Amino acid sequence: MRGIKISAQKGRIIILAVFLLVLVLMYLQHKFGLRVIGLIEAGLYSTTLLTFVAVGECINEKAGVINIGLEGILTLSAIVGTYGAEVFENGVAGLLIGMLTGASIGFLLGILATYGMADQVIAGLAINLFAIGFGPYLLMALWHIAGIHVLSRELMLPRMATPLGYISPLTVVAIVIAILAQLFLDKTLYGLRIKVAGEKPEAVDVAGIRVDRLRIFTSTLGGALCGLGGAYLPLCWFGSLVKEVSAGRGFIALSCVVFGGLEPVLAFLAATIFGFAEGFGYWISITPGIKEIVPVYFIHMTPYIITLIVVTSVIGKKRFPKALGRPYIRE
Amino acid sequence: MKVIEARRIEPLLESFFAITVGLLAGSIFMAAFGYNPILGYFVLFNGGFGDLSKILESLAYAMPIIITGASFTISARSGVFNLGLEGQAYLGAIGAVYIAGTFHLPPVIHIAAATVFGMLLGALWSLPAAILKIWKGVSEIISTIMLNWIAYYLTIYIAIDLLADPETPHKTISALPSARYIRLTPRSTLTAGIFIALAFCVLIYFLLWHTAVGFELRLAGTNPDAALYAGVDPKKVTLISFILSGLGAGLAGTIQVIGRPPGWCLYTNLGNVLMVGYDGISVALMGRNHPIGCIVSAFFYGGLLNGSRLMESRVGIYSELARALIGIIIMIIAIPELMNIIKRRLK
Repeated sequence: MRGIKISAQKGRIIILAVFLLVLVLMYLQHKFGLRVIGLIEAGLYSTTLLTFVAVGECINEKAGVINIGLEGILTLSAIVGTYGAEVFENGVAGLLIGMLTGASIGFLLGILATYGMADQVIAGLAINLFAIGFGPYLLMALWHIAGIHVLSRELMLPRMATPLGYISPLTVVAIVIAILAQLFLDKTLYGLRIKVAGEKPEAVDVAGIRVDRLRIFTSTLGGALCGLGGAYLPLCWFGSLVKEVSAGRGFIALSCVVFGGLEPVLAFLAATIFGFAEGFGYWISITPGIKEIVPVYFIHMTPYIITLIVVTSVIGKKRFPKALGRPYIRE
Repeated sequence: MKVIEARRIEPLLESFFAITVGLLAGSIFMAAFGYNPILGYFVLFNGGFGDLSKILESLAYAMPIIITGASFTISARSGVFNLGLEGQAYLGAIGAVYIAGTFHLPPVIHIAAATVFGMLLGALWSLPAAILKIWKGVSEIISTIMLNWIAYYLTIYIAIDLLADPETPHKTISALPSARYIRLTPRSTLTAGIFIALAFCVLIYFLLWHTAVGFELRLAGTNPDAALYAGVDPKKVTLISFILSGLGAGLAGTIQVIGRPPGWCLYTNLGNVLMVGYDGISVALMGRNHPIGCIVSAFFYGGLLNGSRLMESRVGIYSELARALIGIIIMIIAIPELMNIIKRRLK
């Protein structure tokens, strides 16, 4: 488990951040009588999504494929997943269809990256640009609405009542997936192969393992997890669908990957920070006494500002796979 | 000689091939939802390029994305992905509203002042990403997108709280008549801004291919190691590339405000500058990262955007399809090997 050692400096940053957060919360609770439970609920919803997306991308980048089209995958799978849920009248079916959508886009990117020798950044960008157009087109073509599509309550997945508030069961799933992914990468032969495919693809190839298939597999897996996250957005969290449903979360998840240095468990940790940053914003925007003082636009900015600050504070200390983003050409 | 010709024509052929595939995919999207693709495309292209006034209107649509396309060209040629054109354009637009709507200046000076201020704000908003990349090595792909969202909310805040029109709250104050680009024809919304856009493209072309700075930028983009060896400072390249493309994005935002009738303002949902930056990226990639290619592809794209409105009202196919087509086209262009595979099969 070499990967999950936390450096002393990062440890200090995390402790400081948590300490500051607790201080701010105590002050706010004292002054305005805020509900802490509400913050945890909102934070965990966001954390769950970011974890799904970031864990998949960690594995994918370990194998040497970078997917910046996550944002587009989130949008498309949210729309297709919702449609699937309405067709089958079942929320879980919607999640699975969202996963399938994400997996097929990931598969496509894997094919482009291995056989097409595509510039992965441009191919990912193309996915985003496609989603920017095709997402609203689908929304209009399926529901004939330009604004917001509200799901019926029966399609929403049930929430669990816990001491921490009402939590989606998928939150637990996300944490389990993060831990399993870490074990998969560090403890299994397949995980080792993935890591070598990102560092020295020739070595895997010489050992008789197909680098192309490995990378297509990780890209599909990453896409599937991202698609699950996309369908989770309307079906477990918002209960509604707009064309900007992903709102930059695909890129925030990429920041989680960078923060975690491609280690799934650390990426989950980063997702917690970014998730609670977003939850904090929601929470403030509904709290009387604060919402009148701070313009809502500045609250909306917080997740993006925090992402910038956090990424800046850890970057440069991370090592990324040598063959990341480069197609592997067999000699 | 022949080698040079083939090299010049090949990207053109690739773009045409990609466009064909994109259009085919689009016809599938149309047919999948029960629309007639042939009718759809007929109305689309007729609406974009059918007669002179439609062509002029398409040029008006192309105007801002010619500029952002050329801006992305600078950054892509120098190996920097400035995906922040979008946010930089928002800032440019709000800057133009401020100068054009609140100051009283003589006509030509007013236009120039608003344009320059918008450009400067665009460049200013590109600086954080440049500084973070130079100072800490933060990937501009993440930082620029975050800055886009921050710019989005910041601009909406300024537009609603500081510069809103008291009578019609869904838009900001309008540019004063002295700060408006001249309308070229009564039948379309095309203004003299198109000359600014074309001049910007030519300027970028000249800068990239006929100056020492341009050579350094391109060298750093194509071969970073060689650039280092030749004494090119990668930090300088990043900074110049960000500032130049930021200036361009700011200009595009400005043009959308003081160069597009009938509003001469910024809508508070940012409706008239949304997508200007992202569309510019598409334009640059379709135009193969060449300023002149950008003009051609922006005209094509402008025609699609213009024609798709007619397609929506006449045939009921939603205008967003135009952007989906472009996405497919970019995806095909991203696969250099595809053309080789096809060539091998043909032989």
